[in-house]
Amino acid sequence: MNTIEYYKERFDQLQAGDKAKGLTAFRQNAFNDFSKMGIPTNRHEEWKYTRVGSLFNKEYTSAFLQSSSIVAETALADIRLPGYSQANELVFVNGYFNASLSAIRSTDLIAITLDEAASSTEFKEIVAQNLGHSKNYLKDGINALNGAFVQSGLFVHVKKGYAVEHPVYIYNVVDAGAGNIFCQPRSLMHVAENSQLQIVETYVTIGESDSFTNQVMEVVVEKDAVVEYYKIQNDVSQSNLLSTTHFRQIGKSYIHTVTVSLNGGIVRNNLNIVMGAERSEAHLYGLYFQSGSSHIDNHTVVDNVMPNCFSNELYKGIMNDEATGVFNGKIFVRQDAQKTNAYQSNKNILLSDNASVNTKPQLEIFADDVKCSHGCTVGQLDEEAMFYLQSRGISENTAKSLLVRAFAEDILEHIKLAPIHDYIEKLISKRLKNRKA
Amino acid sequence: MLKIQNLHASVEGKKILNGINLEIKAGEIHAIMGPNGSGKSTLASVLAGRKEYEVTEGSVDFLGKNLLDLDPEERAGEGLFLAFQYPVEIPGLSTTNFIKTAVNEVRKYRGQEVLDAVSFLKLMKEKMALMNIDQSLLSRPLNEGFSGGEKKRNEIFQMAMLQPRLAILDETDSGLDIDAIRIVANGVNKLHTKENGVLVVTHYQRLLDYIIPDFVHVLYNGRIVKSGTKELALELEEKGYDFIKNEADIVEQV
Repeated sequence: MNTIEYYKERFDQLQAGDKAKGLTAFRQNAFNDFSKMGIPTNRHEEWKYTRVGSLFNKEYTSAFLQSSSIVAETALADIRLPGYSQANELVFVNGYFNASLSAIRSTDLIAITLDEAASSTEFKEIVAQNLGHSKNYLKDGINALNGAFVQSGLFVHVKKGYAVEHPVYIYNVVDAGAGNIFCQPRSLMHVAENSQLQIVETYVTIGESDSFTNQVMEVVVEKDAVVEYYKIQNDVSQSNLLSTTHFRQIGKSYIHTVTVSLNGGIVRNNLNIVMGAERSEAHLYGLYFQSGSSHIDNHTVVDNVMPNCFSNELYKGIMNDEATGVFNGKIFVRQDAQKTNAYQSNKNILLSDNASVNTKPQLEIFADDVKCSHGCTVGQLDEEAMFYLQSRGISENTAKSLLVRAFAEDILEHIKLAPIHDYIEKLISKRLKNRKA
Repeated sequence: MLKIQNLHASVEGKKILNGINLEIKAGEIHAIMGPNGSGKSTLASVLAGRKEYEVTEGSVDFLGKNLLDLDPEERAGEGLFLAFQYPVEIPGLSTTNFIKTAVNEVRKYRGQEVLDAVSFLKLMKEKMALMNIDQSLLSRPLNEGFSGGEKKRNEIFQMAMLQPRLAILDETDSGLDIDAIRIVANGVNKLHTKENGVLVVTHYQRLLDYIIPDFVHVLYNGRIVKSGTKELALELEEKGYDFIKNEADIVEQV
């Protein structure tokens, strides 16, 4: 599936069968963009260290056209996250939002398909103004490809003035039980003025075959809204994921994100925060702990468009075996964005000689009265600390585990949802226990 | 309990210890003094098993075992404890969790039952009272942001928890004011019994006002050049290390 013709055929089929028409034009524009840009090679600056060619060269029993869901509710039981009984659960199956498997527990939360939202009088303006905003930041065919095939995407709306009592858990389920699957979930969230929302998102591949997910989520945050977002990646090693999360602060608002990546095949996260309103605040935390031959790539963008914004970013990586990692952190400070405070740090520990990380901060500053800092480190566990622990009778292996756990702590402490915090902590402890000495 | 014979050690090819002989018996307190660069801290590090130091010659017997064959954690299990000159700060690791892990790993090594949460807490409370150490200190990340005095008290507290047979105090007095020295020394004295030994490594005599040694050894150029009783420490304080250096250099020339 590496030729434009391949997609053209499927795209025409999709457009011809489209009844709702709310997104027909959007898809057409996206497909035109995709035709122009195609699949990025590693000559593309943004894809230098993450090669996706092999993913697009594979054959997939593709999910370009929606078929009926085969995932039963019982299969969900195994993949639910702790605390689910107190959460709103939204389920995607093979890239399509599945309302019947989902459960809405908060009355102040609306979750419908994107097509419905695009045709509704209440939401069509919001969709028209915000769907696809991420393409301004992701100038490659991958984002466009997702847009070209939007169908049964998810639209979430948090009503003005409501703090959603229950967090929203989003499960991206891929059923790869009957061959390789390619899927493209899409969502748009609208967090209205003076409201609050906690989002937890995770990815699960069922079955033995390969999965390849190209996901885009866009979140619009209005004045005085507060959004917490936790992305958890602990899927099987034959699952590959290109995942974009795009926040747009259109009013003075607060965003807090934690991205935790523990397993997968090739995983690329694009996290964009567009600080489009004065005095907005954003926190970006990330922890990746990879082993085997997994590949993790975190590309972040913090775009300071308006003055007086504050952003703080800390990503930490622990790489074992032959795992490879990429961190690319961009900070833009536009000409009008005076008094910007933007901080960024990326720290990595390599536990094996064969693991590697490419880390690159990228600051582009066009205003003159700003405070920005960045730093990155790649190293081993501190030998002096190892000796200190061992001199107290702690074995080398346990000492390593304690130090790795300690290293991760200042990311984990930012997971404010207790059941999720405990869950991640357990996953990490388990990983440390199973780690080869 | 400890018998060091003709110990030679080097770091990065540079010889630091040039034939140390020293025997410590149960119940004894020994002090090693010496000018900067004489090899005092190297001796402490070699005994605790720091990797960067290479033992090129000699032997160390500890309670009937060849100490040099053991990993640092095994040495701790056998009952050796090193109080660090510069305790390491580990953000993200709580002091209590660290000590609990250490106590239980050492207990496992010694064939003792692992302590459950309740018994551990009981042991900790008991030693906290003994060492006059505050709970709030132990809930903080290990040594992070601790003052010099707090770090050294924490070292001695760990010693109390691990109940070693031989404690090596590496320049425990450095950077401490006189009150802090007194507190730390009191802790050491409380833990001292007829069954265990102490090796105090120090540059200054002042710590020895509070921890009274049975023997004092002077280290110079990686060798013990003079041994005596606590009066030797006072003599050093009075005359400075130059008199030892002169004596030793003369002997060397002859």
